[in-house]
Amino acid sequence: MSYVQNTDSDRLEMLMETGVSSFEELLEPIDERLRVDGILDIGPAMSESEVASRLGALAAANSPASEMASFLGGGIYDRYIPATVRYVLSRSEFYTSYTPYQAEVSQGTLQAVFEYQTMIARLTAMDAANASMYDASTALAEAMLMASGIKRVGRIIIPAALSRRVRAVLDSYAAGKDIVIDEAPFSSDGTVDKGKLEEMLAEKAAAVVLAQPNYFGLIEDARMVSEMAHGAGALLIVLADPVSLALIEPPGAYDADIVVGEGQSLGIAQSFGGPLLGFLAAKTPYLRKCPGRLISATVDVDGRRGYTMTLQTREQHIRREKATSNICTNEGLVALAASVYLATLGEDGFREVAVQSASKARTLYRMLKDAGAGLPFGENFFQEFVMTAPGGADAFVSKARKRGVLAGIPLGKDFPSLGDGALLVAVTEKRTMRDLELFRDLVAGKGGAA
Amino acid sequence: MSTTIFEKGSNGRSGSFIPASDCPVGDLGFAHPRNGEIGLPRIGEQDLIRHYVELASKNYHIDKGMYPLGSCTMKYNPVINEEVARLSGFAGLHPLQSEDDVQGALELIWELESDLCEICGMSAFSLQPVAGAHGELTGMMIARDWLRGRGEGGRKTVLVPDSAHGTNPASVVICGFTPRTIASNEAGLIDPEVLAREAGDDTAVLMLTLPNTLGLFERDIEKVIRIVHDAGALVYMDGANMNALMGIVRPGAIGVDIMHVNLHKTFSTPHGGGGPGSGPVGVREHLAHLLPVPRVAKEKGRFTLREDIEGSIGRVHPWFGNFNVFVKAYAYIKALGGEGLREVSENAIINANYLMKKIAPHYDIKYPGRCMHEFVASGRNLKQYGVKTVDVAKRLLDYGLHAPTVYFPLIVEEALMIEPVETEKKEALDHFAEVMARIAKEAEEDPDILHEAPVTTPVRRLDEAAAARCPELTWSGGECQPMEE
Repeated sequence: MSYVQNTDSDRLEMLMETGVSSFEELLEPIDERLRVDGILDIGPAMSESEVASRLGALAAANSPASEMASFLGGGIYDRYIPATVRYVLSRSEFYTSYTPYQAEVSQGTLQAVFEYQTMIARLTAMDAANASMYDASTALAEAMLMASGIKRVGRIIIPAALSRRVRAVLDSYAAGKDIVIDEAPFSSDGTVDKGKLEEMLAEKAAAVVLAQPNYFGLIEDARMVSEMAHGAGALLIVLADPVSLALIEPPGAYDADIVVGEGQSLGIAQSFGGPLLGFLAAKTPYLRKCPGRLISATVDVDGRRGYTMTLQTREQHIRREKATSNICTNEGLVALAASVYLATLGEDGFREVAVQSASKARTLYRMLKDAGAGLPFGENFFQEFVMTAPGGADAFVSKARKRGVLAGIPLGKDFPSLGDGALLVAVTEKRTMRDLELFRDLVAGKGGAA
Repeated sequence: MSTTIFEKGSNGRSGSFIPASDCPVGDLGFAHPRNGEIGLPRIGEQDLIRHYVELASKNYHIDKGMYPLGSCTMKYNPVINEEVARLSGFAGLHPLQSEDDVQGALELIWELESDLCEICGMSAFSLQPVAGAHGELTGMMIARDWLRGRGEGGRKTVLVPDSAHGTNPASVVICGFTPRTIASNEAGLIDPEVLAREAGDDTAVLMLTLPNTLGLFERDIEKVIRIVHDAGALVYMDGANMNALMGIVRPGAIGVDIMHVNLHKTFSTPHGGGGPGSGPVGVREHLAHLLPVPRVAKEKGRFTLREDIEGSIGRVHPWFGNFNVFVKAYAYIKALGGEGLREVSENAIINANYLMKKIAPHYDIKYPGRCMHEFVASGRNLKQYGVKTVDVAKRLLDYGLHAPTVYFPLIVEEALMIEPVETEKKEALDHFAEVMARIAKEAEEDPDILHEAPVTTPVRRLDEAAAARCPELTWSGGECQPMEE
């Protein structure tokens, strides 16, 4: 099944019209020795029903977190996705359209992105947001390059309490520009060590990155870090969790210069880690340096309101090697999903998601405390915290899995100073009291053998 | 115009989507809580759906009609692919679940990588890059680290033909290389003699698009590759145009060292109004260890993840890439099989050559002869009537069609880059050609029709200059943000 609609006689007629008698003649520019001999070895064509069976079997060979009591987070969260999101995403007017280069026939996409930019700008309390980035890690990497370009300084300070995977992506992007990345260690309470940060700022840095909350789920003293960064002449880049922004002070309120984050929490399926949604917001003066597409409202020749891509002279298709970034394809449809999610839940529903996540996380934290679990960092978190699992995190995770619980992410390998038992536990609004009790019983030793 | 969702939703009610909490909600105790509202809409579900359906009605899309954007490969997106990608066994997976819980997902990745290797003649593929430009960047990182490993880190120049996509030089720069443009010859191809003069001790990579953006296959490709290899450099192929080559040429087999493909072009996954895409990178044997980690391996019938690969460039994405897109591309490749993929490329080439022939009487064709899956026409011959290519593009919209890619590649004046793709049938091409002919006639007889086009679209030509001077990037009741120069 190749979805080709030309019939054999169509083909023949078209070849004749083109002035050749066989398809092979059209391959004249390709030396015969270079051509494939025979058929590609990828098996015979499958009918639609065979494709559905094959994919069904592969899907059935997985046990999705979305159907278990999942406490896995670390950037990807198990949240409820309203049906409106799937409905809008399944409209082919959106998913089968291209990048809106012909604005007159792309007003749907353009207005949807404009509304997305508005929602992100409001959520972060920043002047403006772009049309999307691949994910949080590449958005942060681009923010790093952007800050380095603005300040003309090749050094960035990041927190040590940052996902090692995000760090690895930053390293990949930094290597080409010889940007030095220094890590500000975390202190005994798990947040950034301000004394050490102060010392590190004695040497020039383009930016300080603040993860809010940080990788351990903890809420940083953002105002202080902002003052320290700006006092040293560096920009403040914030890596923010969007759901947390319903409850805690947004980056614009403490003078952040660039804000990035992962939008997967906003109605996007976990999908084994992709596609994700990187968001990037900035202060107006930095917009000309920002990567990616920006959509602006404007008017047409009749004075009617409409939308168009703008400030394109930053972009690769115009500026080539002088562009602010190489990004072209972004995560447009995922940004649409985030907009539909935020609009569906609305001001109150979105806040409720955040409140339930945070309060359920606190409930579990206290239950674990009562059960005698080790909890190194206290209650200063949003929806994710570190627990010390007795007998090691890996063994605990295996034991929990047998009870249908995905207990969290073992941290010992990435953060040896936390020890073998360290486990990152995420709680979203989807978890019920029963899920929390199941978890507690595993710690209290009531789980028994599976 | 449609009012924004913020205007529609400010006083509406939102529905109930999550149950009331069964846990106590106490004081959350944040030192610096958010003050005041975010400013999200409050809108009922019916009005919300009407809003998005209204927006949907203002979009052109493949399910509506032909989308002849050159180099974008806007082919039909099979609906079965959307259906299987939504299965909870795929959509509900967290990337840090145990290997035992994700065997089906790892198998899909492993098999898709193998299929891409077979199609492209490569030894290994990584699916981690999430877009074409991201794949280019990954490929350049691989080249850089390979050269450094051989003590050749001083090679800083990447040769890029003047017909290349803008992402190519932009990706090169992020990697710390310097692009140098290679001029195409009169036939629109790389001139081996020019290349031989440019390639030298400082050359790291030749980055070429094959077929190139003029829709032409490099006739001297063997010579070109030999020159680059003899200079001690690598050949990178931008595989955005792989739709022309499936079952016809395997780039790895003719000496290409690194390439990316676009699953959202060649392998029929949707563009989503700008993404998500997927830009897997393939390499030949000597570069396989440099691919990003983690790698999926198969051991005794079980799939595992390997992180500790000596020499790997590291990560370009935290997880495996755009997995949901892989599911669709996998379904597509399986539906087609080896013969079906060849049929795709054959029909893509036949359609392009046929359409070029049909359009040639009315528009300039700078490089006549055989094209591959696309060709570049020019509106240059209409300039005598005061008509530009942009006017032709806008007039096409009035006829209910989408415009080709315009003003690219840069080496063709008033370019109209046309890629009909294989899923359009002869009648659709005939219709498009007829409309193009009619527009050329209008240009001659009544050029103002073109100057004023489009008139049937939801909005007409937009004031882009005003937007650039004072962009209004967020809804704030019509206020813009002045940009200082």
